[in-house]
Amino acid sequence: MNRSANLARIATLVAGFVFLYAPIAILAAMSFNASRLVSVWGGFSTRWYAALFENELLIASAKISLAAAALSATIATFLGLLAAIALARFGAFRSRMLFFGAIHAPLVLPEVVLGLALLSCFVALGVGRGFATLVIGHVTLTMCFTTVALLSALRGCDPTLEEAAMDLGATPLQAFALVALPQIAPAAASAFLLAFTLSLDDLVIASFATGPGATTLPMRIYSQVRLGVSPQINAISTLLLGFVALALGGSALVMQAARRRGL
Amino acid sequence: MTGRRRLSLGERLTLAIPYLWIAAFFLAPMLLIAKISISHSVLARPPYEPRFHLSDSLAEMWVKARTLTFENYRALVSDSLYFDAYVSSLWIAAVATLATLLVAYPFALAMARSPREWRPFLIGAAAAPFWTSFLIRVYAWIALLKDEGLINNALMALGLVHAPLEMFATTGAVIVGIVYSYLPFMLLPIYAALEGQDPSLREAAADLGASPIDVFLRVTLPLSREGVIAGALLVFIPAVGEFVIPDLLGGSDTLMIGRTLWNDFFANHDWPAASAAAIALVSILLVPLLLWERARLREEEGRR
Amino acid sequence: MSAPLLSVAGVTKKYGAVVALDGVSIDVGAGEFFALLGPSGCGKTTLMRCIAGFETPDGGRLTLKGEDLAGVPPYRRPVNMMFQSYALFPHLNVFENVAFGLRRKGESDGAIRARVGELLDMTQLAPFGARRINELSGGQRQRVALARALAPRPALLLLDEPLGALDRKLREETQFQLKEIQRKTRTSFVIVTHDQDEALALADRVAVMCAGKVEQIAPPADIYEKPATRFVAGFVGETNFIDGVIARDGGAAFVTSFGRLPRAECALADGARATLSVRPERIDISREGEGIAGRVEDFVFRGEYTLLRVRVAPDVVLRVGAYDGRFAIGDDVKLTIAPDTGVLFAEAA
Repeated sequence: MNRSANLARIATLVAGFVFLYAPIAILAAMSFNASRLVSVWGGFSTRWYAALFENELLIASAKISLAAAALSATIATFLGLLAAIALARFGAFRSRMLFFGAIHAPLVLPEVVLGLALLSCFVALGVGRGFATLVIGHVTLTMCFTTVALLSALRGCDPTLEEAAMDLGATPLQAFALVALPQIAPAAASAFLLAFTLSLDDLVIASFATGPGATTLPMRIYSQVRLGVSPQINAISTLLLGFVALALGGSALVMQAARRRGL
Repeated sequence: MTGRRRLSLGERLTLAIPYLWIAAFFLAPMLLIAKISISHSVLARPPYEPRFHLSDSLAEMWVKARTLTFENYRALVSDSLYFDAYVSSLWIAAVATLATLLVAYPFALAMARSPREWRPFLIGAAAAPFWTSFLIRVYAWIALLKDEGLINNALMALGLVHAPLEMFATTGAVIVGIVYSYLPFMLLPIYAALEGQDPSLREAAADLGASPIDVFLRVTLPLSREGVIAGALLVFIPAVGEFVIPDLLGGSDTLMIGRTLWNDFFANHDWPAASAAAIALVSILLVPLLLWERARLREEEGRR
Repeated sequence: MSAPLLSVAGVTKKYGAVVALDGVSIDVGAGEFFALLGPSGCGKTTLMRCIAGFETPDGGRLTLKGEDLAGVPPYRRPVNMMFQSYALFPHLNVFENVAFGLRRKGESDGAIRARVGELLDMTQLAPFGARRINELSGGQRQRVALARALAPRPALLLLDEPLGALDRKLREETQFQLKEIQRKTRTSFVIVTHDQDEALALADRVAVMCAGKVEQIAPPADIYEKPATRFVAGFVGETNFIDGVIARDGGAAFVTSFGRLPRAECALADGARATLSVRPERIDISREGEGIAGRVEDFVFRGEYTLLRVRVAPDVVLRVGAYDGRFAIGDDVKLTIAPDTGVLFAEAA
């Protein structure tokens, strides 16, 4: 590539990454701004982080969000694995088209529609909304993502490995558990992470599906943000960003280690 | 695999668990929404009539069923608020999709032409913001776009403007928000399409006399068509139904159907109207999807 | 001969309209090194998968050690397979790969360690037990696949194109190793291959297959020298096919467009149309003397010998192997086909 083309390429990359990262970098910087105003730099301070730890409502909602995310991601990954196995391995079973459509539809529908449907359902059944319905809502949403991720991983599995296992004396179930599952383990971990992040971050479905006493962190942030910029929100946003960055870095290391082991 | 096959007991159990879940918490609720959309709005909990109960006799059910109406759908078309909201949503989503494409394409191209060892790191860094909170990323733009926000402060400090530019609470802000939030969805398919291109095709074109611009317009761009279409759909379809971005960054005159639906449901408690709007929205969105799927299948057949 | 270890009787298998196996019958003895040889699509892979249990025949019987294999799933057959792609488990190291079949049988840790050690020694993989699969070379992976398949002491081992992925030098070494291991373990080996060199070099007996049928079963030398059908003659080794008519006046002779070739013995009737298959190395060539007149048109130097294309008639070019003497394009030569060389095939009716 000649010099000017190379320069253009690097300039584009820099511009792109600045666009992507500047807003969140600025947010992180603002969280350490002693002054409440965005326009004035009042010196470096961690007072907003300190205030965060006294903000009981915010802390409570963070706990709810983390618990809901962990629980719903676990259930969604499990359901997604079963659904992916059915779609990848069971051939053209009866009503496969309907199942396939029902799994993929929430991926393309606007979340308000899904939320609406869930809420109507809970009310019509007379079910009290709270943490349980919140988890149900999140599982229903994220299950579609985990199914798609695991389906693609299962399709990439080498069938001759399972044949070899059966040839050596493993029953089909053993062959699947001992040979196919380890192969898709990285994809399952990544699907879990995806479901966790989606749940942690979700606002719309949570608003429809949850009840009093189970307010999630995004819901709290949202209600505050509607009133304007708030330095405590800056602080918790930065914390969340840091948390996600660590998780991403951690999972990248895990993937690298797995790759080195030949998976 | 060809033909239907009967499933073993274990297989049926494996299928049943996720199937029951999705039937109970997606299919059934969607049917319920469809039913609500043809019901009347009343002041009650839940705020619609008729309500069917398991204890109803067939005659009672028939009487209730006869009160169902398509009034809500008629209102969608006649009520200018809904109609305007739809048109506005489609328009805003289309503009935002185009803007996202214009930002994402050069970025993806630059990444795909980078040295091989760098590419996984670059694409990882570009996709990483996707993993952080959607809400927070939109929120970050509030601080940037407000009258007393950073961009205006910088512009005024540099003397480029004398009064703050009205950027916040505008349709423009919504578009910027959509571009920013949905960029990875456009970036990844285009990058995948570009990265997979055989470089010898470009070399062959150059060898036959094509200038770099020619090579791009006649070889690179056409071959990346599928990635562009995939990215465009991945942005456009969710953008039409977006709620958070227009609510936080948009003004009172920014009409988007997601917001209208939300307000109808939570503020006005008009569930039948909201349900009808939701069903209509889903139908509108299904059309481009089905067309794309049909075109994709036809291309696969042709290739075979 | 004692009862065969594996008996394939009249096995048929169809995929829709395509007939993959058409009444195939083969017997493999205990401790025998057997080869299924044929071009792609001849059905050898289908037959192998039927024996292993991954496909079910539509008709016929498969018997192993006297027991019918019908309905027996692959994980319960005393048959193991060495896959063409090796199919080694990437998440397990070498030791665990080889131990896999033994663990499924539920053998004790001590017994497993002893048996795996034995096999690793046999395949010269002793220092590699803890290695991961992706750290091994192609040849090492092949040996792990072999060790893994032999560990559960199968009565029959199926090898799918075992030498295909190896380069030439490695292939020769591995051929000797395979024969040695087969003799030592006294397991029946059945290799499935399209490579005739592999089949002829390794097997005690070869079954040549074509289009779902068995053309000939015989030891390698017989396959080569006395091919039973035209297909076998053409598929194995190089040969010349010469068309002509049988003449019986006095002695038997084969009348071709370029001359009359006396034949030592011939079962065909006078006037019968036939094809004579003669290998290039069996045609004698000299510059002068008696014989069929021809002119050298082209040649290919092959190291051990030179393959000459000699035109003997306007429509006939014979391929002749020359082992000494140099021949140039345009040389006039004399060819001799001895009366007892080559095989006559009657023209199909």
